[in-house]
Amino acid sequence: MSAERAAPSLRWLEALVLPLANLVLALLLSGLIIRLIGESPLAAFRLMLSGAFGSQEALGYTLYYATNFIFTGLAVAVAFHAGLFNIGAEGQAYIGGLGAGLVCLGLGSLPFWLVAPLAIVAAALFGAGWALVPAWLQARRGSHIVITTIMFNFLASALMTWLLVNILIKPGQQSPETREFAPGTWLPSAHDLLARIGLSFAPSPLNLAFALAIAASALVWLVIWRTRWGYALRVAGKNAAAARYAGISPARVTIAAMLLSGALAGGLGLNELMGAEHRILLDFPGGAGFVGIAVALMGRNNPVGIVISAILFGALYQGGSELSFDMPHVNRDTVVVIQGLVILFCGALENVLKRPLSRLWSR
Amino acid sequence: METYTLIILLLAATIRVATPLVLAALGGLFSERAGVIALGLEGMMLGAAFASAAVAAVSGSAWLGLGAGMAAGVALALLIAVACVTFRGNQVVAAMAVNIVVAGICPMLGLAWFDLGGQTPQLSNPGQRFAEIILPGAHAARSVPVPGLLYAELVSGHSLLVYLAAAIVPAGAWVLYRTRFGLRLRAVGEDPEAVETAGISVAAIRFQAVVISGLLSGIAGTYLATAASSGFARDMTAGKGYLALAAMIFGKWRPFPTLGACLLFAFTDALASRLEGVPLPVVGVIPVQFIVALPYALTVLLLAGFVGKAVAPKSIGVPYAKDK
Repeated sequence: MSAERAAPSLRWLEALVLPLANLVLALLLSGLIIRLIGESPLAAFRLMLSGAFGSQEALGYTLYYATNFIFTGLAVAVAFHAGLFNIGAEGQAYIGGLGAGLVCLGLGSLPFWLVAPLAIVAAALFGAGWALVPAWLQARRGSHIVITTIMFNFLASALMTWLLVNILIKPGQQSPETREFAPGTWLPSAHDLLARIGLSFAPSPLNLAFALAIAASALVWLVIWRTRWGYALRVAGKNAAAARYAGISPARVTIAAMLLSGALAGGLGLNELMGAEHRILLDFPGGAGFVGIAVALMGRNNPVGIVISAILFGALYQGGSELSFDMPHVNRDTVVVIQGLVILFCGALENVLKRPLSRLWSR
Repeated sequence: METYTLIILLLAATIRVATPLVLAALGGLFSERAGVIALGLEGMMLGAAFASAAVAAVSGSAWLGLGAGMAAGVALALLIAVACVTFRGNQVVAAMAVNIVVAGICPMLGLAWFDLGGQTPQLSNPGQRFAEIILPGAHAARSVPVPGLLYAELVSGHSLLVYLAAAIVPAGAWVLYRTRFGLRLRAVGEDPEAVETAGISVAAIRFQAVVISGLLSGIAGTYLATAASSGFARDMTAGKGYLALAAMIFGKWRPFPTLGACLLFAFTDALASRLEGVPLPVVGVIPVQFIVALPYALTVLLLAGFVGKAVAPKSIGVPYAKDK
């Protein structure tokens, strides 16, 4: 049971076979629920697949959603490595987006090469700032970070509603949204970028933020596995007492990890606001912060795994919304159920398959 | 007199808001005192709210609704117990998974069964809801100024589930502190090895504790859907399960202080709703979003430990492995 060193083949089992088996279980159960409400699960999954990958436009949407989930998945994973469960990615993304949006609204006249880095920094700072209070309370006062981050999600939602309804709303408009950002601040879309190098791609909200998300994944891998600081973070996450003996302060790791986590969550705002909506609007994270939990667990907190499972969830989202045209009873809520089941099987019930599978494997 | 009436009405609102919190928080207390984190209160409450509203709408009976709500709470509790106790999974992850599944599956089933955009039908017939009970003499007492109003508004005129919640706190305290089961439950939360050495199954006690939390959050959810409002609406718990958990932590895992914390939360909530749109001296009208945010902000402040450090049961969150 204790510190057995995983053989290389066992590591493969843990990294690939186990998440896939758990995903299959989650999908089987979701299929059962779809059956229960009187639709055919097979037809539903087939429609979902073609809705997610069937055309260039569909693929564009899938990757666009995946961009959000990469950012939030990385955010949750970084916190996980430090032994923290950050349920606040939703709120951190909301506030991070506010930061990016304010830069675009206020400095829209600046050239793109200046305003884009400023907006990225603002998104990261705002997201990190929203994570700071729960992080500090966990590190210094022992307040349970799960509950405080949940509360900060509610607080972010109230704050943003107030800001959008009373302050940032475009004058003379009914719906609580800001004015459109100046076109010079928009992140270029994928079809524009590809057209520049002579490739044609159907228009979709997919934009440069996808590349930023991939870059962020690489950066997270570097930081977590190739720096002293990342090592300290993993040690503190695995064993706080051992970390203390090694001269690592778990409290400082907690705060630093949550700051990085919040900053990553803020990246969602770049994709959603600067890349697609071009204005700040209500509830733009749309639950992506919670999808990030499933993505991180399924990707086993590894950036490569996170990118893959983010694309999978992007496909579920895109396929799910296409599906609701044909099967009105199967919609985004179905995706939420699948997401919850993935968290259940990959996270809480991982031991169910682990032991029988590894026994089978080592034969 | 005017002020007195206002205070009485405010306190009556406090009691109504506090009821689901008290029920869920006491359930959470049993679970956590046995060493299982009770973050699943939110999901169990929401699931019970849906089940009770759906069954009450179809059957026309609030009592059947209550049965369904409790059954839903227990079913979800069993799922959490299997994940956390049998398979020794991460308790926080298990609870969040249940919360997310429930948040999706309730509107999904609601849409498939009732076609009302994920809601359940309005519970408009009298038998479908736990209506207010007017205690004997409440009408007559109203004419008596001070104690009469107190009796008519504060003591009388609540749903049956409110009185149940009031009774369940002393009952829960008695079970926890005066019965053999309660002693074992608390021991499991502090030192499971010792309990196992005495020949008592840690897993069995933890299962029972989690099921109790499911049962009580089931009643809490039923109250939300069939007494406080008339039907299920998407995300209708709105974090009440987490508030209940925070109240329990603030109450230091003890029944009566937990009741006090729930009443404090509820009072703030009731007061804030009273202040909605009322111009106050100095600050003017408080925006509605701040009023909405108040309980959440209060939770953070209380958890920040400005009231002294809370000491959790020692084995909380730690799966118990018999073969170690």
